[in-house]
Amino acid sequence: MAEFLRVDNLVKSFGTTTVVKGVNFTFNKGEFVSLLGPSGCGKTTILRMIAGFENPTSGSITVDGQDITHLKPNQRQLGMVFQAYALFPNLNVGDNIAFGLKIAGMPAEQRRARVEEMLKLIGLPGFEKRYPYEMSGGQQQRVALARAIAPRPRMLLLDEPLSALDAKIRVSLREEIRAIQLDLGITTIFVTHDQEEALSISDRVVVMNAGNIDQLGAPHEIYNKPATRFVATFVGHLNTIEATVASAANHQVNIDGQTVTLPSLPSGAKDNAPISLTLRPEVLSVGERAGSDIALTGTVSDVTFLGSVIRVRVALGKNIISLDTFNDQRTAPPARGDAITVSLASKDLLIL
Amino acid sequence: MTTLDTGTTAPGKKRALSFEWLGVAPFIVFAIMFLILPTLYLVGAAFVDEQGGFTLANFAGLGTPQIVAAYWISIRISGASAILGALIGLAIALALIRGKLPSGLRAAVMTFSGVASNFAGVPLAFAFISTLGRLGLATVILKFVFGIDIYKAGFNLLSFWGLTITYLYFQIPLMILIIAPAIDGLKKEWSEAASTLGATPWQFWRYVGLPILWPSFLGTLSLLFANAFGAIATAYALTGSSLNIVPILLYAQIRGDALQNPGLGAALAVGMILITGFANVIYLVISSRAERWLK
Amino acid sequence: MKQSRFWAWLVFGIGAAYFLIPLIATFEFSLRMRRGYYSFDSYASVFSDPKFQQTFTYSAVIGLLSIIVGILVVVPAVYFVRLRMAWLRPYVEFLTLLPLIIPAIILVYGYIRLYNSSSIIPFTGSAVGTDILLTFAYVTLALPYMYRAVDTGMRTIDVQTLTEAAQIAGASTPQIIGRIILPNILVAVLSGAFLTFAIVIGEFTIASLLNRPAFGPYLQNIGANRAYEPAALAIISFIITWGAMSMINLLSRFAPRTSARTD
Repeated sequence: MAEFLRVDNLVKSFGTTTVVKGVNFTFNKGEFVSLLGPSGCGKTTILRMIAGFENPTSGSITVDGQDITHLKPNQRQLGMVFQAYALFPNLNVGDNIAFGLKIAGMPAEQRRARVEEMLKLIGLPGFEKRYPYEMSGGQQQRVALARAIAPRPRMLLLDEPLSALDAKIRVSLREEIRAIQLDLGITTIFVTHDQEEALSISDRVVVMNAGNIDQLGAPHEIYNKPATRFVATFVGHLNTIEATVASAANHQVNIDGQTVTLPSLPSGAKDNAPISLTLRPEVLSVGERAGSDIALTGTVSDVTFLGSVIRVRVALGKNIISLDTFNDQRTAPPARGDAITVSLASKDLLIL
Repeated sequence: MTTLDTGTTAPGKKRALSFEWLGVAPFIVFAIMFLILPTLYLVGAAFVDEQGGFTLANFAGLGTPQIVAAYWISIRISGASAILGALIGLAIALALIRGKLPSGLRAAVMTFSGVASNFAGVPLAFAFISTLGRLGLATVILKFVFGIDIYKAGFNLLSFWGLTITYLYFQIPLMILIIAPAIDGLKKEWSEAASTLGATPWQFWRYVGLPILWPSFLGTLSLLFANAFGAIATAYALTGSSLNIVPILLYAQIRGDALQNPGLGAALAVGMILITGFANVIYLVISSRAERWLK
Repeated sequence: MKQSRFWAWLVFGIGAAYFLIPLIATFEFSLRMRRGYYSFDSYASVFSDPKFQQTFTYSAVIGLLSIIVGILVVVPAVYFVRLRMAWLRPYVEFLTLLPLIIPAIILVYGYIRLYNSSSIIPFTGSAVGTDILLTFAYVTLALPYMYRAVDTGMRTIDVQTLTEAAQIAGASTPQIIGRIILPNILVAVLSGAFLTFAIVIGEFTIASLLNRPAFGPYLQNIGANRAYEPAALAIISFIITWGAMSMINLLSRFAPRTSARTD
């Protein structure tokens, strides 16, 4: 896999506030990478610096061996899709898609062929003469995608392209985007604040927090082995248990009066010191189960029926944890106030 | 049975309905009495001869050289001040909103435009006499500091160009006030999308920005035209009755029946309505085709 | 980027020169009444002229009356059209735009011919009648602006929802208009009022053709007969217009912020 995009020590300050604080990464050719983070984390600013709309305060951006840090946006040969479609309202669909081709000086006959090809690709054949205001949001965004890729850009930049759409269309369009991206093999950067979106369609995910990269990795790595507490809480649901060290030597901790033995403790752990344990809701099971070496008892404090999954909140004492269990049609879900035993494998506990 | 039914259900509804009409009625009566009837009356009067019979002679009378000349100079002054005002106003508004000038400047210009667009009429004429009259400050400074005698060079404040320059003082600000919201409506993403597709700023304006502004531009243009075409106070204060423009001719007709024919006066007025109305019909046709995508 | 800012400043600079030089020149001219050095003599001369005071007062009173009539005509119409008679809206909007298309001189010509002393409604038959006609004429002139201001005000507060909320709470229609709608669109109405005042105070054409002793014809008369006073009057007029516009600006800071829906 060849290195395609390289970002070195990228910094961006607006006045006295620094929103991107020295970011480094390299993406490979044909990769689909998401920049994921809450609003204000700097992900959109990075995308806009790659597109050329913002000048980096320092650092450099290289695409395919060419330093583009100081190129104007119209010299970068990148395609971009915006959150609010940004189709040109005075041009019909065909002219919108052909815009970049026309600027590049492609003859009219070839333009028409390319537009037709693009419309087929996005599943809207015959829409050439429609105007943006005559189409739904999902259709407009697909045209925006076609417009961005029609001039065969070196890279595709997607700035929260799905967040203006309805939930159902959001899911179907993201799958469509991924399919087209795989089909064309175009290197793509996808900015989103929606962790489910990022995890579901990316080759790799960059999790950003306050201007820094907290973790860069494949979706399963991000989810299963979060590098920081921020990543763990931002990506997926996470239970936190406040415990105390019962015996540092024996790797024992005390959770609301129940003593549990762990495979290891952080090296600095001292007896009676507080310690935070975290775990995903799905690693817990109701009752004892093979492979689980820790069992805790508590009281059911709340039950939320989510369809295929039931989320049960269990009070262990002061700590309240959530656990997800599949809906079993033959047995009734636990009721509020029930005494309950939950079990887990100690290797699934994360100490952050 | 049916009478009983309406008796029990209808009154509440009926009362609410008449209440609505009571609210709208003053407006409608007012509009009919002070907008529709006077205009229709003049239209009717234009077809009546001095003996009270139907005639087209009044409109034929518009063909006399003096009246044709008056219409022609009025159209030229209104056209020139509208086109120049619209172009300059657009340039200033674009510079202000899109040219990265300090944001405080915008508020100041908007306030000033509000003032200047209403600063028409007699005082405006005084201001330009003080500036570009024979003894005006600008005339004097140009003459004695720069050695340019604009009056020797053929300039006259009481002429086509003099009046056009004066009218621009309220035409440009009016354009700025009306076009600014339209420019605000140009989304930043449109120019960004254009630039990622390889377009230069000029290409963006050529293919996207200006076409989007076009209907608003034309609409304001026709408004500016009507605005100048009907204006009389400035011209009258500036030139007395020496400049032969239609409103001044009509003014003289109303004051003292200068044309010695009330029917011809009415025809003169109808001619003015037709011209300003025509400008607005052109606008309506263009905007109804283009406005859809501004939603 | 640098280049576009240069052009922006250039355009702005030329524009600023065009708009400021006449003001400076007029002010300078107004100070030249006494030979040899600058003085405010021309202003003293204007303010001590009883005709100035009379005509200004007359125009101000007519202006106030126009504002009151304008509000009474426009506010209920906008309210009911917005609320329940949406189908009337295009027609009402067209009517309010007419004064921008039909020049004032034509309207007044129509009034004079239609409402003369021998007609059914002889407005011009008496001085008071002519004053009333002048007031109505000014309401007509200001109609597009008053309508716009009130309509914008009603849109930002979302009269529909407010009215429904008040009805649920048991309010009658007059109560709704008086206690809920009016206070909330007060700023918009006042903006329209100040704009009306700015338009009306120096109006020449209609006042002159109706032969009323208004400020506009007075200005014209001074312009034809005096040298320095016109410049002083131009500056005074500019300040009055500026004052009216500044009031609108000031008021807009107190305007209720839009409640979500803006259609």
